[in-house]
Order: sequence, then C-alpha cells, then structure tokens
Amino acid sequence: MTKFSDLTRMPDARGHFGAYGGRFVSETLSFALEELEETYMALRDDPDFQAEFDHDLAHYVGRPSPLYHAERWSRELGGAQIWLKREDLNHTGAHKVNNTIGQALLAKKSGKPRVIAETGAGQHGVATATVAARLGLECAIYMGAEDVERQKLNVYRMQLLGATVIPVESGSRTLKDAMNEALRDWVTNVDNTFYIIGTVAGPHPYPMLVRDFNAVAGREAREQSLKQIGRLPDALIACVGGGSNALGLFYPFVEDEDVAMYGVEAGGDGVETGRHAAPLTGNAPRGVLHGNRTYLMSDEGGQVSDTHSISAGLDYPGVGPEHALWKDVGRVNYVAANDKEVLEAFRELTHVEGIMPALESAHALAYAKVLAPTMRPDQHIVINLSGRGDKDILTVAKLDGIEI
Amino acid sequence: MNRIDQRFATLKAQGRTALIPYLTAGDPAPQYTVGFMHALVEAGADIIELGVPFSDPMADGPVIQKACERALKHGTRLAHLFAMVREFREQDTDTPVVLMGYLNPIERMGYEAFADQAQAAGVDGVLTVDMPPEEADEFGPVLKARGLQSIFLVAPTTSDARAGTISAHGEGYLYYVSLKGVTGAATLNVDEIDAHLAPLRKLSDLPLCVGFGIRDGATAAAVGKVAEGVIVGSVLVGQIAACVDDPAAIAPRLKDILGEMRQALDA
Ligand SMILES: Cc1ncc(COP(=O)(O)O)c(C=O)c1O
Repeated sequence: MTKFSDLTRMPDARGHFGAYGGRFVSETLSFALEELEETYMALRDDPDFQAEFDHDLAHYVGRPSPLYHAERWSRELGGAQIWLKREDLNHTGAHKVNNTIGQALLAKKSGKPRVIAETGAGQHGVATATVAARLGLECAIYMGAEDVERQKLNVYRMQLLGATVIPVESGSRTLKDAMNEALRDWVTNVDNTFYIIGTVAGPHPYPMLVRDFNAVAGREAREQSLKQIGRLPDALIACVGGGSNALGLFYPFVEDEDVAMYGVEAGGDGVETGRHAAPLTGNAPRGVLHGNRTYLMSDEGGQVSDTHSISAGLDYPGVGPEHALWKDVGRVNYVAANDKEVLEAFRELTHVEGIMPALESAHALAYAKVLAPTMRPDQHIVINLSGRGDKDILTVAKLDGIEI
Repeated sequence: MNRIDQRFATLKAQGRTALIPYLTAGDPAPQYTVGFMHALVEAGADIIELGVPFSDPMADGPVIQKACERALKHGTRLAHLFAMVREFREQDTDTPVVLMGYLNPIERMGYEAFADQAQAAGVDGVLTVDMPPEEADEFGPVLKARGLQSIFLVAPTTSDARAGTISAHGEGYLYYVSLKGVTGAATLNVDEIDAHLAPLRKLSDLPLCVGFGIRDGATAAAVGKVAEGVIVGSVLVGQIAACVDDPAAIAPRLKDILGEMRQALDA
C-alpha cells in the first residue's frame, strides 16, 4: 500500500508514477527529453533559478494570487465556507502562466530560438505566446480546428502577441489532435525548438516539471488558509483536464491527510451517456498516448475515443499520470460535472459574486454546489478558480441565442 | 531460426540489399491487404512491414495518417491483421512479416494475448514506434518467449550510449530513421546517413536498415550502398491514396514502384 508521504517522492528516476507515466516516444525525441530532464534536474534546487522564477511570478504574473472568501455564495449554498484561489487574476487570466514562466526559463537556458505549444481553450497558447513575446522567441501554437472556432477570442489574442496559430484538422479536431501535431513539429524541428507542454501529461519529465511550476498555487493557498482561516481547509476542489491546476493546488497538501481532495472531470452530456471527457470517473482502461501511460478513453481495439465537453480545455481523453496513481491509492476523489451543471455554476458565481469563471473552472464550482451543502458552516472548502471566463463569453452567448 | 534472421543470412550470402515495403493494413479496405502483400513479394520485397492503423499516429506524416483513417473507417483492428497474416501464410511461408504500429492497441489487447495471436498467425517481428527499449521490460520478454523479434528505431539524435542499449535489446534489424521528422518527409542525405551508420556498426551486429525519405530507385540504390536494407512506406501508401476509387489499379502500381527499386538495388 502506498503511503501518502510516498506520493511526494514521485516520479521515480524513469518518470513512472507507480504503473503510470514513463516516456513512450519515438526514438528521435528521446535525446531531447533526456536533455530537458538533465537541465531541469540541475536547476530544480538551484537557488538562483528559483529566485528568477519567483521574481517573474511576483512582478510579471502578479503573485501571490488572493484567497477570496466567497461569503455570499457560501450563504446561498448553505453549508461550508467557500474560498476561491484566484488564479483567474494572474496575468493572461489563468493558472497556465505559472508553468509557461517556468518552461520559458528552461527554454532560455536551452538557447533554442523557437517555442511551440498545443492548446485547447487557448489559455496555454496565450500564456506561451506571452512569454515568447517577452523573450523574443518565435512561437507556433497548435490548436484543434473545432477549438479555434469556439475560442476565437484567444486565437486573435495569440496572433496579436505575435504567435502563429495553426488549426489542426485531423482526428477529432480538438486538444489531443493539437498535441499530435505539436509532437510532429517537435520531431522535425527538435534542434531549434523547445516544446512547452501545457499540462501534467506528455513524456517524462513534463508531468513532473509542469506540476512543480504549478505547485506555487498550492503552497500559497496552504499558507493563506493558515493565516485567513486559522487552519487547513477541510476540502480542496479543482477541475481536471490534463490536471495541472488540480495538481498545483493539491500537491502541497498531499501529506495533510485530513484535507479531502476532489478532482472534477468534464462530464459532457453525462458520464453514463459515454459522451464525456472523464477517463478517471468513467474508469477508462489503462492506455498509452502522448508519451505516458494513464487512464485513457479508448475503444476495444485501442483506438482513442472522441471526447465531449462544453469546455475546450477539458476536452481530452487522457489525464496526467500522477492523477491516475492518486486515484488508485485513493488520495483524491474523482468526480464529474456535466455541461448543464457547469453552465449553471458559471452563471451563479457571476451573479452572486461578480466573478466570471472560465468554463473549465466552473466544473470545480459545480461540484462545490454538491459538496458544500453536505458540510457545516464552520468547515472550509478551497476551490482553484483556475481561470477567468472572458474567453467563454461567445460560447455562452451562442447558447443564449445571442449573436455578438 | 526466425524468418527475419534467415532472410538476412540469405541476402548476405547473395550480396544483396533487403527491400522492405510498408503498408497500412486495411487501406483502402481490409479485403485488399493480402493481395497487396503478395504483389509486393512478386515485385521483390524481402520483408513486409504491416502497419497497424491507429487513431493518433504521432510519428507519421499526412500520407500515413490518412491511410490510418481509411483503414479505421472500415474498422480494421488487430484481430483483422492476424487474419490477414494467416491468409498470407497459406501461400507464402518464407517472407518475414513485421507488425509496425503504436503501443495502445497492443496494450488494450494485453501483451500475452497479442503475442499468442501474433505467433499463431505467423508474424515474425514487432516494431512499436512509441515504445523505446527502456519501457519494454515487460513486453520484450513476452515477445521473445514466443520467438517474436523486437525491432527498434535508431534516430539521428540517438547518442552512442543509447544506441548501445537499443542494440542490446533489438533483434532482427535496427531501423535507422534517416531524418528528423515524420514519415513521408522529403529530403534525405546519404552522406549524413553513412556518417551515422558507421559508429552504429561498431556497436551492433544487427543488419542496419534505413527508412524515411526513400522515394524511388535512385534514392533506394544510394541508400542501399551504405545499409543492409531500405524501407519504403509513404510512396507506396501514396499510390493507394491516389487510387481509392479504383482499387484494381493499386497492385500493379505498387509492383511498378517496388520493382524499379528492386532493379536499382540489384544493379
Ligand atoms: C482556465 C483553465 N482551467 C483548467 C484547464 C485544464 O487544464 P488542467 O487540467 O491542466 O488544469 C484549462 C485548460 O485549458 C484552463 O484554461
């Protein structure tokens, strides 16, 4: 049996999180991944590197982000106190920038003049285009053609920042296909290109380093809880696409056994309908995609399934390998919220607190509506409000029948 | 002796270079594949790499991506591939067949079940593009126990240390990827390939076969001068794409192209 304290020592030297993770890539990329691992391991505990990272987070991103007590919404839900970790207030509007700041520093050390990324909702693409602009790097962003359509505002933002956005027409035309295409680009241009992966997936060492860069949110939230609540919270909630904002919040709490954790996947039309993007909640079989072994939605023949979610950022058939392990050992409860519940939560927070969440983050809020009423008013829930909802206004307007 | 080793021993004795065509199984539809395999052998194929279609072929360019889509539209899966190889073996018991693809379909079937059925069907080797030797400690022995050979890739970016590891795990032949890129990419530099193969020869006794970028008789012959085998895929698959509406025209075209390469290699 894995002890929770063991979870802080993952992955092992070969990038495995128990049975998950690893480095399943074609040979051409092995060298680049070994090089990245070496660079990162050398810098990970280097005080100068940490200082540079912290400096950028403070002065460019605007950290620490507040821990906000949503008093009115808590009263309305009639149970636990709700606290929002305001990652939506970061520069560029989501948690994604924590990771791109970190990887941009690695890119700079590598001396490569070009960066690429995959993006779903466009938040990671925007965050990558932003750091590329700041460092004067050439930048190409791969985005599924369907996502280009539903996240138009972010596409234009990336272009304004100087990035080239490449719509991907293959497969299901969403995030997984964008990642395939980014990997093809990387194989071709590996000598001059640094691949900034946007979530805790991909081949080792990405799941580890993306987690480490995002964990700043959890460290802050832990400290802020002690100061503002006077103790640790009773529960944490975060949405899970690849799982970077969730791991970022959860990781610094992993040994705090009394803190319950809930990862909320995209239920789409409902997990029972099969039209969803919830590999953990839906108990998908074990599989290998994009460099790691994890829970992966696929058919009997091992072909990767099409997924369905109102939120482009969660519309992915796999999940970061560390989440797969955390599910198996029971450290996190994985649940799903369907599109309808998510839209309700989106509107509710906007009306009651004047905070418009990203549709991704609204998955976490939807589950808070289920959990909070089962708890007492002297109990506390911290939710990762991973991004702001401006990018989703067109999607919501369309559902309301409004043309903008 | 495994058919692959046997084939390379024969070729060596004859002083000839192996010609290894690749096709995606089930493209343009499953009923054509076995006929194409026989046609390739008639045109001079020494080994056949049979592609397992996959929804997310990350190492492949557009030509083989589309082949996968065509094959999957007809529901081609591993069970069909085994049936194809079994049928092929009814007439051809000599030509080695290597299954080439991505790990997930195998992972989903289960390593043991896969290996049992592959062996029973008459498969000789397995090349899993996204499974480097470091991740193969479980799968490798399962294959070996059934006499199936594990074929691995070596790339221009592979360090000597890694090449040593790969060679130690590899069987049959080493598949040298001639360029940084996906399948179907265009340019290929024979001097560069030669420069990379030289150190590999010191590290490995396995035959070195070169794939990616072989387009015609001339490129095949040029690469054939520095390698034990040439592997050709996208050019053949491109012919299938061009004739999806006239499948009867495919086999003759495959034979023309491969035949030209055979002649150029043997000249
Ligand atoms: C605001 C926001 N939250 C969450 C996600 C999902 O990613 P992850 O699960 O890696 O946090 C995204 C991805 O685009 C996002 O934009």
